Amino acid sequence: MTLEAGSSLKTGSGTGTSSIGSLFKALNSGTTTSRQIVESCLNAIDQRDGSIGAFLHIDRERALQAAEASDLRRSTGEVRGPLDGLPISIKDAICEAGQPATCASRILEGYVSPYSATVIDRLHAAGAIPLGRVNLDEFAMGSSSENSAYQLTHNPWDLTRTPGGSSSGSAASVAARMVPGSLGSDTGGSIRQPASLCGIVGLKPTYGRVSRYGLVAFASSLEQIGPFSLDVFGAAALLQTIAGHDPHDSTCVNTPAEDYLQTLDTPLADLRIGVPKEYFGEGLDPEVQNIVEEALAVYSQHGAKLIPVELPHSKYSVATYYIIAPSEASSNLARFDGIHYGYRSPNFTDLESLYAASRGEGFGPEVKRRIMLGTYALSAGYADKYYVKALQIRRLIRHDFDAAFQQCDVIAGPVTPTPAFRLGELTDDPLAMYLSDIYTIAANLAGIPAISIPAGWTASGLPVGLQLQGPVFTESRLLRAARMLEIDRPWIDRLPPAAGG
Amino acid sequence: MTEPQQATKTSPALPLSDVARIARLARLKLTENELAIYSNQLGKILEFMTVLREVDTTGVEPMISAVPCENVFREDLIVESLPRKLALANAPKTDGKSFLVPNILG
Repeated sequence: MTLEAGSSLKTGSGTGTSSIGSLFKALNSGTTTSRQIVESCLNAIDQRDGSIGAFLHIDRERALQAAEASDLRRSTGEVRGPLDGLPISIKDAICEAGQPATCASRILEGYVSPYSATVIDRLHAAGAIPLGRVNLDEFAMGSSSENSAYQLTHNPWDLTRTPGGSSSGSAASVAARMVPGSLGSDTGGSIRQPASLCGIVGLKPTYGRVSRYGLVAFASSLEQIGPFSLDVFGAAALLQTIAGHDPHDSTCVNTPAEDYLQTLDTPLADLRIGVPKEYFGEGLDPEVQNIVEEALAVYSQHGAKLIPVELPHSKYSVATYYIIAPSEASSNLARFDGIHYGYRSPNFTDLESLYAASRGEGFGPEVKRRIMLGTYALSAGYADKYYVKALQIRRLIRHDFDAAFQQCDVIAGPVTPTPAFRLGELTDDPLAMYLSDIYTIAANLAGIPAISIPAGWTASGLPVGLQLQGPVFTESRLLRAARMLEIDRPWIDRLPPAAGG
Repeated sequence: MTEPQQATKTSPALPLSDVARIARLARLKLTENELAIYSNQLGKILEFMTVLREVDTTGVEPMISAVPCENVFREDLIVESLPRKLALANAPKTDGKSFLVPNILG
């Protein structure tokens, strides 16, 4: 099923790192060490990241020290779990004490976090090694990496194309075999869309499953931190590590996380897959449609039933989302004032002009566009017409899912309407960029979990993902369903050109 | 990254006076060029939003969050807070004890 970890590591300069599942096995059998794994990741970064552009900051010495500590634990039989000793890249919007967190924005250039996100504390407790901070669209607003104030990230399958976004560096760093896993965040598809465009696994948990404490807030009612991995096992191991109640986040639910690994290899019997006709209509690239339908056929061969379902309010999800998310952003980003942290403009005469100049100069074009849009939607005379209306339609979108899940266990469809587009292709048209989120944002509005898994490749070699969505707190079901496809059509041996494929 | 110089001309632009008012509310200092760009782009995006008018939402409770919003209480205990030095460490201007701002009185 997976690349032989030992062989990839011996080649050193060859294929880079491997999947979390195979590295875990190799560590357990003693054929490799955490130090060797971290070194192979650092080598791969040195060779490839110049052309990929995933990393904003790398902490080599600390990673190597953590690897040695992990190897020492292993030698005394104190392994902390499947992530012990494995390097993980971190989206540069998730805070870690003593590390930079720029959110790929000029306004946070030079910022060093005074505290750690709960997910980071949990990674450390599990022995995982945060290896570096990876690129994103500024403040997680975007779908391509082009809104980063610092650099473009390129798709490892075709360097002229976007890796997707906003968790661009997370997806590209894993797909290019520079790290076996990553943490990103998903507000409207920012984990699933780049996972799909980069040919890896990405999971957005149920709203409230994972603590958001220490994630720089963009749209608080929509976003969740979640895993990227080459394999389903890795996504399950990462989710299991970061999920669960946190008193620091009042929206993080107080139900224990499940053991996602326990049931992972048990196929779901009599799986009922809902197929919404709204996901296969106008705007869907025919090649993407074929690949998704072929993946559904695999499930049929394993006894799953494909059931037509309806999500009649799907067509309103983009407009609904782009009222609610910018509204929340306009409020959340008010904290960047040039006083407490971040950029302060020298061009001011009084306090108000200090605020306005610092924000006007510190934020990039898309962030300002969304703050403006949200401010408009919340302003006197417009709030009922836009914001409240959008919240009402949000409930109807959730009702659609509740009704559909009466008939099926999961809902399947494409992640994105097209394979990865070219960098520069959509930058002149913000609305066209927003429309590329059409299949992913409903899950955020409804708060349900969703996963993207590699379904196939286009004739020109671009990966295409399959999206599975489930009712709230069915991450275990989604991971098991994803594993069924992975067993039948393993994707891990297919390497992107940027990783020697 | 450069801003597009041309926005679609077929959609109604948001009047420049509205864009300036919103920028003021949002505490964003924008250039003349930015105001013009956002006038076109926001006009186009807001026109796209009018699709929501066709949905009958009579009697539908607005959905603020995907999880029930409940007050969360904790024990009333003294816990360690962020040390002052760390809290001030990222500030553009401090005197070592406080954040410094321009004179706000007259």
